[in-house]
Amino acid sequence: MSGVVLPEALRDVEPVRSIRTPARLEYRFTAGEASSRFLRGVARRKIYGERCGRCHKVILPPRGSCPTCGVPTSEQVELPDHGIVTTFCVVNVKFSGSAMELPYVCATVLPDGGDMGLFGMIQEIPFDEVRMGMRVEAVWVPDDELTHDLASIKWWRPTGEPDADYASYREHV
Amino acid sequence: MRDVAVVAFAQSRHVRREQARNEVEMLMPVLHQVKADLGIDQSAIDFTCSGSTDYLAGSAFSFVMTLDGVGASPPISESHVEMDGAWALYEAWVKIQTGAADTALVYAYGKSSPGALRDVLSRQLDPYYLGPLWPDSLALAALQARACLDAGLTTVEEMAAIAARSRQAAAANAFAQLQGSDDPAVLLKEPELAAPLRLHDCPPITDGAAAVVLAAGDRARELSDSPAWIRGIDHRIEAHALGVRALTSSASTALAGERAGVGDGRVDVAELHAPFTHQEVLVRRALGLGDDVEVNPSGGPLAANPLMAAGLIRIGEAATRVSGGEARRAVAHATSGPCLQQNLVCVLEGED
Repeated sequence: MSGVVLPEALRDVEPVRSIRTPARLEYRFTAGEASSRFLRGVARRKIYGERCGRCHKVILPPRGSCPTCGVPTSEQVELPDHGIVTTFCVVNVKFSGSAMELPYVCATVLPDGGDMGLFGMIQEIPFDEVRMGMRVEAVWVPDDELTHDLASIKWWRPTGEPDADYASYREHV
Repeated sequence: MRDVAVVAFAQSRHVRREQARNEVEMLMPVLHQVKADLGIDQSAIDFTCSGSTDYLAGSAFSFVMTLDGVGASPPISESHVEMDGAWALYEAWVKIQTGAADTALVYAYGKSSPGALRDVLSRQLDPYYLGPLWPDSLALAALQARACLDAGLTTVEEMAAIAARSRQAAAANAFAQLQGSDDPAVLLKEPELAAPLRLHDCPPITDGAAAVVLAAGDRARELSDSPAWIRGIDHRIEAHALGVRALTSSASTALAGERAGVGDGRVDVAELHAPFTHQEVLVRRALGLGDDVEVNPSGGPLAANPLMAAGLIRIGEAATRVSGGEARRAVAHATSGPCLQQNLVCVLEGED
C-alpha cells in the first residue's frame, strides 16, 4: 500500500492481511407437497414416482412439476427398489462430512418403470467393476433408522442379473 | 426504440408462510395464469427471465427447480437475475429492444419465511466491515428513518398515516397479506420496534410469486385489447457502503425517474416499492410526485412484501391500472438493497 501514510500510533503495527468472518444461517426447509409424498414413502421403504399427465413420464424424485412440460404431477406410481445404473463416477477426493472410504462410486440409478434416476452410492462391488447398465437393488437402513430422507437407502448393490442394453436406457442418460 | 407493453400480470395470494408448497408449487399457478389469460403456451414466449435469490431459499441454484414449472422443452431461451423480478423485466425489455425476442415471460418469487429474514438480509452488506457486525435490516432502516426525522423530512405521524393508508387500500386487494389498519392515532400508541420504527412502519414478511408477460408492437396488440406500454424504464445504483451515501434522499431514484421520463406528463397512479413508511416519503420526493398522485392503491409493499417479487408486482399493479382505464399514465418503482440502495423506475401509458 504505497502512498498510504499511517498515523504514528500504527507505524509498527503488523498490517492486517486477511480476516475470517464466519457466517451461519439456519433455514426451515419446506419439501413441498410432491416431495413430501415421496419422502413419506421412503420412510416406509417405498419409492413413489409421479406421472406427468401430459408426457406420461414418471418423474423421480417428484418435486411438484414435470420439468419437461411445466405442469403439476399428482398421480403416484410405486416403483420397485431395483433398477439400473445409468451413469456413475468414481470419487477419489475426500470431503468433509463423508465417512465413505475412498475410492467409492456415486451413480444415478433408474428404478424399473421410472423415467428419471435417483442419486445413490454403489457398494458391495469393487469400484472398478461398476458399469453403465449394471442391475442394482437398494440396500435400506435398518427399520429403526428409516427416515424421511433418501439416506434411508444406504446404497445400491449389484443383483448379478445380466446388464441392460444401452438402447433400453439411452433416453435416461 | 421498439414499443413494448405489459400484456398480462398475475400474482399469488401472499401469505406469511407457505407451509405446504415448495417454491415451484407456489409459482406454477401464477405462470399458468398469465399464459392462460393470453391463450398462449410456452411456445409463444421468445424469452423467459426470472428473479429470485438463493439466500432466501438457503440452497444453491434454487432457481433451477422453479424453472421446472415453465415447460422448458423443447429448449427455451432463458435467463435469471439474482435480483428482484423488476430487473428481470428490464433484461427482458432489453432483449426485446435488440430484436432477439417479440414476447417475454418474466417471473419472480420469494419465500422469506424459511430463514431469519433480518439476518439473511444482512448478508447483502460488504463482507469486511459491515457484514461481520450483522446489522439487521430493521436496524438499518431505522437509522435511515431517524436521519429523515432529524432532517425534518417526515414525522412519525406522517409515517403512521402512510401505513394506515396502505393497508386500508389493501382491503380491496384480494392478494394482499395485510388488509385493513387502525387509524394513525391508534397505531402511534404501539411501542417502538426499532426506534423510531414501529411495527406498522415495517413491511410484513411474505411468501409469494408474480409473473408478467411483455410483448412488442403489433404482437402486444394481438395479445391484449389494452396493453400497458412501457414509455420509459431506467435503473440506477448507489454506493454499497452505507457510510458514503446520503440516506435522506434517493439520488438513484431521482436519476432513474428523470431518465424514465416521469416528469414528462401527468402521473395518475404510482406503485412505489418503499418497504418502510419513511421510504415512501423519500421516493415520492425523488420522483417529484405531487399530492394529486394516487400512491399504492394495491396497498404496496407495506401490505405484502414477497422479496424478489415485490418490485415486479409494482410494475404489474401499475400496468393493471393502465389497462383497466383507471390511470392513463402510471409510474412503477422497484428497490433493492438496504436503505433504497438500488432503484428502478418504469413509466406506463395506455393506448393513445
